[in-house]
Amino acid sequence: MTSTALRSRAWKLLEMVTTPLLPSDYLDLVSPLRAGADLRGRIEAVHPETGDAATIVIRPGRGWRGHTAGQYVRIGVDVDGVRLWRAYSLTSPANRSDGRVTITVKAISDGKVSNHLVRRAKPGTLIQLDQATGDFVLPQAKPAKVLYLTAGSGITPVMGMLRDTEFDDVVMIHSAPQPQDVIFRDELHDLVADKKLRLTEVYTDTHGMLDIARLDGLVPDWAERETWACGPAGLLDAAEKHWSEHGVPERLHTERFRPSIVVAGDGGEVTFSTTGKIVGADGATPLLDIGEKAGVLMPSGCRMGICFGCVTPLKDGAVRDLRTGEITEAGPGVLIQTCVSAAAGPCDIER
Amino acid sequence: MTAIDPTAHLSAEQIEELGRELDAIRDEVIASRGEKDAAYIRKVISAQRKLELASRGVLLFSFFPPAWLIGTAGLSVAKIMDNMEIGHNVLHGQWDWMRDPKIHSTTWEWDHVSPSEQWKHSHNELHHTYTNVIGKDNDLGYGIMRVDEDQAWHPVHLGQPLWNFLNACFFEYGIAAYDLELGKNLNKRRRKNPEFRARAKAVGRKIRKQVLKDYVIHPLLSGPSFLTTLAATFTANLVRNIWSHSVIMCGHFPEGVQIFERRSIKGETRGQWYLRQMMGSANISGSRAMHFMTGNLSHQIEHHLFPDLPSNRYAEVAVKVRALFEKYELEYVTGPLPKQVFSAWHKVFRLSLPNKKPKVKTPDREQELVAA
Repeated sequence: MTSTALRSRAWKLLEMVTTPLLPSDYLDLVSPLRAGADLRGRIEAVHPETGDAATIVIRPGRGWRGHTAGQYVRIGVDVDGVRLWRAYSLTSPANRSDGRVTITVKAISDGKVSNHLVRRAKPGTLIQLDQATGDFVLPQAKPAKVLYLTAGSGITPVMGMLRDTEFDDVVMIHSAPQPQDVIFRDELHDLVADKKLRLTEVYTDTHGMLDIARLDGLVPDWAERETWACGPAGLLDAAEKHWSEHGVPERLHTERFRPSIVVAGDGGEVTFSTTGKIVGADGATPLLDIGEKAGVLMPSGCRMGICFGCVTPLKDGAVRDLRTGEITEAGPGVLIQTCVSAAAGPCDIER
Repeated sequence: MTAIDPTAHLSAEQIEELGRELDAIRDEVIASRGEKDAAYIRKVISAQRKLELASRGVLLFSFFPPAWLIGTAGLSVAKIMDNMEIGHNVLHGQWDWMRDPKIHSTTWEWDHVSPSEQWKHSHNELHHTYTNVIGKDNDLGYGIMRVDEDQAWHPVHLGQPLWNFLNACFFEYGIAAYDLELGKNLNKRRRKNPEFRARAKAVGRKIRKQVLKDYVIHPLLSGPSFLTTLAATFTANLVRNIWSHSVIMCGHFPEGVQIFERRSIKGETRGQWYLRQMMGSANISGSRAMHFMTGNLSHQIEHHLFPDLPSNRYAEVAVKVRALFEKYELEYVTGPLPKQVFSAWHKVFRLSLPNKKPKVKTPDREQELVAA
């Protein structure tokens, strides 16, 4: 018998010992970061960067497969007892010797997770992790000249790149409201002092937004540079237009942080994605009724919100609890009770 | 037996107002649900697992009598925690709001021979929606007992104290049979129904796994303590079964709890539904430890009003609910465990004998109630 077969048989035996739980349910009590566990991480430190940004040092579990500079990671954090998932760029170099990774988070107004991480997260806390992903990364072959065009927290994936790979000729244009809002400012200035970086800071409170037409003046050879840009949609749209108009769109790499914009109104188009049915729904009819009327096989139970027999994944959009008026937005692991939820806008139900 | 409706003094408007006041209590808890509650259930789950592990560990040496006693006691408590404060409540969706896939009504499996999925249907859906409605809520006597004077007496009921005792000892098997609606489904035609067969198979699988674990694998692991470990697990299951049966009997069986007729729930409003839950349930009074060991089902009235609120909040909710009972001049049935258990058993014995022919009731009241 091969060792894999032997191991799987031993595991099966162990499952008989722990049934109806799994061996991992017990192992998680003592070693949540072990190999083979669901991927998690432990927050080891929180370092403030600016008034509203902080770097979170995370020790990932043994199953972590590493990352490439510029990539992001999705993390699941329990905020007020509710597990919420968000994506953040990794700001640590890929080969950090202690195996830790960092994300740098800017608290956005009304941001549940970002405010929690920046202001309340405590070392020792376990968080859920996904493997790093994203194609906003550096190429294998080093480009001769590089331009980083960033604004606000758009600097985070680029910082991961700057810390990871040195280039001979690097220029960065970074926008922030004021000097004290520039995340990693000291480190950037150190790089400038060491002549490893040429930096232009744009303070939008005093200088106004960066006008892409000014690029020629700031970086005359921009069109020859391999460029990575990350920041608000306005900046990226302008950059993409500019690079295209000058016939060098392939030199520009952009990363968009998509804040999930959910329209929470009254009713909307409901997609039952498993069956492919799409129907209109008002804001007062339970989604269970909407689905049944459309001929979708919906699990159902008490029809008054008490038996949890109708819970179904909400893949996209938002719904309103007909009892409390509370809005629930889609996200990984978000299940809704279809018998007491109505469409609060366009939404996608996995049925 | 009287046919006096204990809610007759309430007007329709008052009943709706009562419903609104209960909704407000519910909203308050939901708005304040958070980190502390999440920490509570995680702590309970982790404590249960550690206690079970430790007890099973001690039972490896159960040939040594003190080890047998400690291990058996620990395992009994661990099994009670798994069933009551954790399993029952997680399967009610009380912790679904945390969005933790490991503590969720759709993924939880408990140390019980009835598969979670089936139990959720018969308990959450049938029992909680149709609480105490004759013919709709099978929890009334579990289909094996006569629990109301209005139910026709049959000589077979003479044996019901015995059935009830046996049901207490093997309660989890009783529940599994009950979830399968064995009585109804075992006739020739129904037992071939593929849906029933699939469900029966699932129960068989679950029983096999549970029995294998408790009565084969763990005794075998104990080596020389095989027999004593076997006896210990049997005892722990027995203790857990008798305990949960007793607690659950106290929920709807004691004297003073109302039973409803099928037609009384036609067109029931939210206020009336709440009122039925209030009149159809009974509490157990006692210490915090007592509430914990009953899985907070000692707050049965509050649980029936708000089956999906986290169990650790029922104690604070109970204060407000009780005030509403007083305000609306309704009887809040509660008492210490021995008193409630005695009351429920008394009823089981009393109704095993025939009583005078039930009165013909006036069919004109929509909210027809029968006082036991």
